[in-house]
Amino acid sequence: MAERNFGEVVLKVDNVSLSFGGVTALENVSFDTREHEIRAIIGPNGAGKSSMLNVINGFYHPQDGTITFKGQARKQMRTHDAAAQGIARTFQNIALFKGMTTLDNIMTGRNLKMRRNFLWQALYWGPAQREEMEHREFVEHIIDFLEIQAIRKTPVGRLPYGLQKRVELGRALAAEPDLLLLDEPMAGMNTEEKEDMSRFIIDVNDDFGTTIVLIEHDMSVVMDLSDRVAVLDYGKLLADGTPDEVRGNKAVIDAYLGAVHD
Amino acid sequence: MDLLQGVFVLPFVDMADAPVFLLEVVISGLLTGIMYSLVALGFVLIFKASGVFNFAQGVMVLFAALTLVGLMEHGVPVWLALILTMAVMVALAFAIERVMLRPLVNQEGIILFMATIGLTFFLEGFGESLWGSDVKRLDVGIPVDSFEVGGVLLNSFDLWAAGIGAVMVIGLAVFFQKTPIGRALRAVADDHQAAMSVGIPLKTIWVIVWSVAGIVAMVAGIMWGSKSGVQFSLSLIALKALPVLILGGFTSVPGAIVGGLIIGVGEKIAEIYWGPLFGGAIENWFAYVLALVFLYFRPQGLFGERIIERV
Repeated sequence: MAERNFGEVVLKVDNVSLSFGGVTALENVSFDTREHEIRAIIGPNGAGKSSMLNVINGFYHPQDGTITFKGQARKQMRTHDAAAQGIARTFQNIALFKGMTTLDNIMTGRNLKMRRNFLWQALYWGPAQREEMEHREFVEHIIDFLEIQAIRKTPVGRLPYGLQKRVELGRALAAEPDLLLLDEPMAGMNTEEKEDMSRFIIDVNDDFGTTIVLIEHDMSVVMDLSDRVAVLDYGKLLADGTPDEVRGNKAVIDAYLGAVHD
Repeated sequence: MDLLQGVFVLPFVDMADAPVFLLEVVISGLLTGIMYSLVALGFVLIFKASGVFNFAQGVMVLFAALTLVGLMEHGVPVWLALILTMAVMVALAFAIERVMLRPLVNQEGIILFMATIGLTFFLEGFGESLWGSDVKRLDVGIPVDSFEVGGVLLNSFDLWAAGIGAVMVIGLAVFFQKTPIGRALRAVADDHQAAMSVGIPLKTIWVIVWSVAGIVAMVAGIMWGSKSGVQFSLSLIALKALPVLILGGFTSVPGAIVGGLIIGVGEKIAEIYWGPLFGGAIENWFAYVLALVFLYFRPQGLFGERIIERV
């Protein structure tokens, strides 16, 4: 990989603890992400990886710690603020609008870019319609970028899994996010689909400069893609560093890599 | 033998003997059906957008009609009373979101359903203590004269009802399918979390949906109230919307319309031609039997989303 330049720290998580009743999901976790970085979070099942993403985009509210995004420190994120501040995401178990077409799904990603509010849209149909056309144009670019022209009008519920993952990425990109959270973007994909997805992730990062935090189980993908890797185990941060550093870390090998390569 | 003949032969002989009368029965069934559809529409809207089966839809019809009549009795002109009633239904939507939906967000469907049962009793009592419980006559100026077309007797009121129903349905269809708000509504209906992740404000969407359902309830209340007076039994019309929903599917606007028409025509024909066999009044339960039979063959309804169970 060529020399990569990163900007300031854009996301910083400090001593975040999250529990549900008596069950601890995250314990004193801290890590940061710099602008333009591809950051991976890995760890065995139940390590708290998805919980971490949910804390970042405000689905979960941690009991302790702070989340600093673009210089603004918060005790907890709120979903709407997160989206409005430029955080977009995909989900482990694909959360698309199944009855809607690919195009409509990706259009929903433009929701916060719509200047006219709901009432306006209802009252002044003309300007709102013009605005709709502008957004439509942007979405068509994303569709071209992800090479999904052929399924534009297909209800996404009918698409194969790999394509659904791609549409979900498209919806997240439509928001023109500064920070993109990807929860297992390649789960359940075959090798070819994984290669496509890796290429899209790299292109998004290169072309748009988008900062990416991703969770992934496929170690070769993680090691290839990411600039830095955070390792979680039982809700605690076990290690944090470049792929090489993490690969050589004894605790990581014991807790995770070792277990996988048994 | 007589019974078999009475069930399978004679009714059809009657139909063939008097085709004009049959046509009148069908038309009157269609028009009643539209009115059922109007009530069913309110259910579908809320169920689609929030996954809540709103038991209170029927009482919302009553509440809207009571408010409208109450205002008119106090000398408010019809047009102003209509606007004010609409405003009351929107205010109700805000209140429901704040007091009922927001605290119960992410709860099981059955819990929200129970909450709407509570809402039913509250609205019923509240409406009656505000406006009184006696039967009121509602007249918003829709003509009620009858006339004949080609030997078939028609009532202008029924035609108005049909026209208003059609306009509402087309309006809602365009609203849902063609506008950005409609798209946001469908998104929320499909997946709450995903909708939140793209920044669609759930609370605003709920207020919009309940407002629209409230306005649909008002229209239904006007039509039913003008026809049979504004009284408590209006809220029971909601029960007739249940078989309509089973036929049409809980998530389909066109389904609510077609379902309403089938129930309307079905029960009228059953009443006229088969009713005497049972001593009459089968209109009251025929729709439910039809719905039950329908459930055996197509539990998701005519237009409902296919239920696919992954094992």
